[in-house]
Amino acid sequence: MIYDIILTTLINGSTWALLAIGFSLIFGVARIVNIAHTAFYMVAAYCIFYGTYRLGVHPGLAVLMAIVLVMVLGLICYKLFIEPIREHEAAVLIATIALALVFQELVLLIFTGDFRTVPALIAGYLEISGVKIAYQQLLTIAAAGVILAGVWTFLAKTRLGLAIRATAQDREVANLMGMNEARVAMLTLVISVALAALTGAVVLPLSVLNPHMWMGPLIMMMAVVVLGGLGSMKGSFVGAYLLALSEALVVFLIPKGAFLRESVALSIMILVLLLRPEGLFGVAFEEER
Amino acid sequence: MGLLGFYLRKLVTIFKGEIFVLPSRIVVFVFVVVLLLFPVLIDDPYLLRILTLASIFAIFAASWDLLSGFTGQMNFGHALFFGVSCYTAALLNLHFHIPPWGTIPLGALAAVLAGLIIGIPCLRLRGTYLALTTLAFPIILMGIVFALPDLTGGELGLSGLERLAKSRVAAFYINVILMIALVATMWKITDSKTGIIFHAIREDEVAVRASGINTTRYKLLAFCLSGFFAGISGGLYAHYMRIAGPSTLEVSMSFQVVIWSVFGGIVTIWGPVGAVFILFPLLEFFRFWPEGRLLMFAFVILLILLYMPGGLLHWIRDKIESECPRCKIRNIATRKTCRICSAEMH
Repeated sequence: MIYDIILTTLINGSTWALLAIGFSLIFGVARIVNIAHTAFYMVAAYCIFYGTYRLGVHPGLAVLMAIVLVMVLGLICYKLFIEPIREHEAAVLIATIALALVFQELVLLIFTGDFRTVPALIAGYLEISGVKIAYQQLLTIAAAGVILAGVWTFLAKTRLGLAIRATAQDREVANLMGMNEARVAMLTLVISVALAALTGAVVLPLSVLNPHMWMGPLIMMMAVVVLGGLGSMKGSFVGAYLLALSEALVVFLIPKGAFLRESVALSIMILVLLLRPEGLFGVAFEEER
Repeated sequence: MGLLGFYLRKLVTIFKGEIFVLPSRIVVFVFVVVLLLFPVLIDDPYLLRILTLASIFAIFAASWDLLSGFTGQMNFGHALFFGVSCYTAALLNLHFHIPPWGTIPLGALAAVLAGLIIGIPCLRLRGTYLALTTLAFPIILMGIVFALPDLTGGELGLSGLERLAKSRVAAFYINVILMIALVATMWKITDSKTGIIFHAIREDEVAVRASGINTTRYKLLAFCLSGFFAGISGGLYAHYMRIAGPSTLEVSMSFQVVIWSVFGGIVTIWGPVGAVFILFPLLEFFRFWPEGRLLMFAFVILLILLYMPGGLLHWIRDKIESECPRCKIRNIATRKTCRICSAEMH
C-alpha cells in the first residue's frame, strides 16, 4: 500500500509538474491562458499511438516524430489563431478552448472514441518486498526527473532562458533591453507545447488513450499552477507532488475515495489560497494583485 | 374612444422616436415579437424545444456577463450556480413536493448562498488566479455528488421532476417571458448606479476604493446577483428537462457559457443573449453531419474571433451604428448629422 501510494504520487506528480511548468511558462511570458495545453499532450499521445501501431516504427522514433509534429502544430495554431488577437485576452481564452475542442473532435473523427493503449518502452517488472514495479514506471519517473532538470538548466543557464525569464518578469522593460518580445513569446509557446508532447510520450504507456483524456489533467494542471504560484517553477514542482500525494492518499485510504480525489485535491488548493492568495511560491506583482 | 386614440398616437410617437431610430433597437424589437409569436406561427415541437432551451441558457449567459463582464471577476466555474440550483430544485421537488414556482426561487436562493460561499475566498484573488480557482468549485461539488449516490442519484442524477407547465407551449411562454424580464432586469442593473460601480471595479479597483466605495461589498453583491440569475436558469432547466444530473456541473458547461458570452461580446448583457440564440440553434443545425458537429462549431468560433475579437454582435453594431462625437448618442451609420444635437458625424 505504501509503495502504491509513493509510486502513484511520483508518477502523477511528475506528469502534472511537467504540464504545469509548460502552462505557466507561456502564461508568464505571453499572458496566454492556454486551455489547449493538455490537448497538445493528447495529440502527442495519439501521434505516438499512430506511429507505433499503424506505421510500425520504433517507439523511440515515434516519440521524436510526435514531438516535432506537435511543435509544428503549436506554431501553426499560434500564428493563425492566437497572434492576431493577442491584445484581446478574453478572445484568446476562448480561442484556446475552441482549439482544444477542434483537436478533440479531430482525434475523435480519425481514431474514434475507443480506449487505446500503447506498449511500454521497456517490458518487465521489478519486485521489491512483494510489490511489483514495472520498469516503465521507473522509466517514467526517471524521464520526468531528467526533463525537469533539463528545463531548469535551460531557463537558468542559456541566453534564451534568461530572455524568457526577463520577459515573464516585465514585458516592456525586456523589450527595451533589446529582446524581441514577439519572438520570445513564439519560442516559449513552442517550448511549452514540446513539453506537453514530451509529457505525453513519457506518461503514455501507463495510461489509457481516449479523445477526452485532456480534461482531467487540465484541471489538475491548473490547480497545481494556482497552488504553486503562476510563473514559479519551484511552485509548480512542489504543488504537483503535494496534490498528487493528497490524491493518492484519498484514493487508497478512504472508501469510495476515487470519487472524491479531485474534490479533496482542489479543496486543499483553495485552503492554501485562503492563507496565501499568491500561491505557495508565487511572487505578487503590483499590477496583477 | 378619444382617450384610446390619444394613447395609440402616443405609442406610435414613442415607437417612432425611440425604437425605429436605431437599427439595433429594431432588431431587438423584432426579435422579441417573433419570439413571442413563434408558437402561433409555427407548431413544431423540435424548434419549440430548441428555443425554450436557448432562452434558459440566455439567462445563464447573461448572468455570467453581469459578474465576469461587468465586474471583471473572471468566473470559470459558473456551472456551480447552475448545478446547485438544479439539484436544490430537484431535491425540494422530489422529497417535499414543492411545485416549480416554489422550487425555482428556492434553488436560486441556494445559488446565491453558493455565490456568497465562493465569493468570500475569491475576494482576495484577481484575474487569472480567480479564473483558475473558480474552475475548481463545480468539480469539488461534482465529487461530492458522486460520493453520495443515495441523496443525489450519482451519475444518473435525479429524474422525474414535476413539469414546468401542462403543455409545451405554456412552458415555452413561461421560459421566454421570464427570460425577457430577467434579461431586462439585468440590463437595468448594469445601467444603474450599482452597474457603474461594477464597471469601475473592472477598470480600476484601487481607484474605486480610493473614492470611498467598499469594493468588497460590491464584488460580493455581483457574485450574489449573478448567482441568483444563474440559479433561476438552473431551476428552469431542471424542471424543463425534468432531470438534474452531474452534467450540469461539468467543466464543459462552465466553458460553454464563457464561449457564448465572449462570442456575443462581453460587457453588454445583450451580447451573450444574442450569442446563445445564434450558437444554440447553429449547433442543432450542424446535425446534418453529427460526427463533425462540435468540430464545425469550434471552427466557427475560431474564425469569428479571428476577425471580430470583440465579439460578433459588438462588431455588427459598430458597423450599422456610430456614436456622435459631441453628445455620445448612437446614430444609424447612414446619418450625416446627429439626431439629437445635429453635430456633424465625423
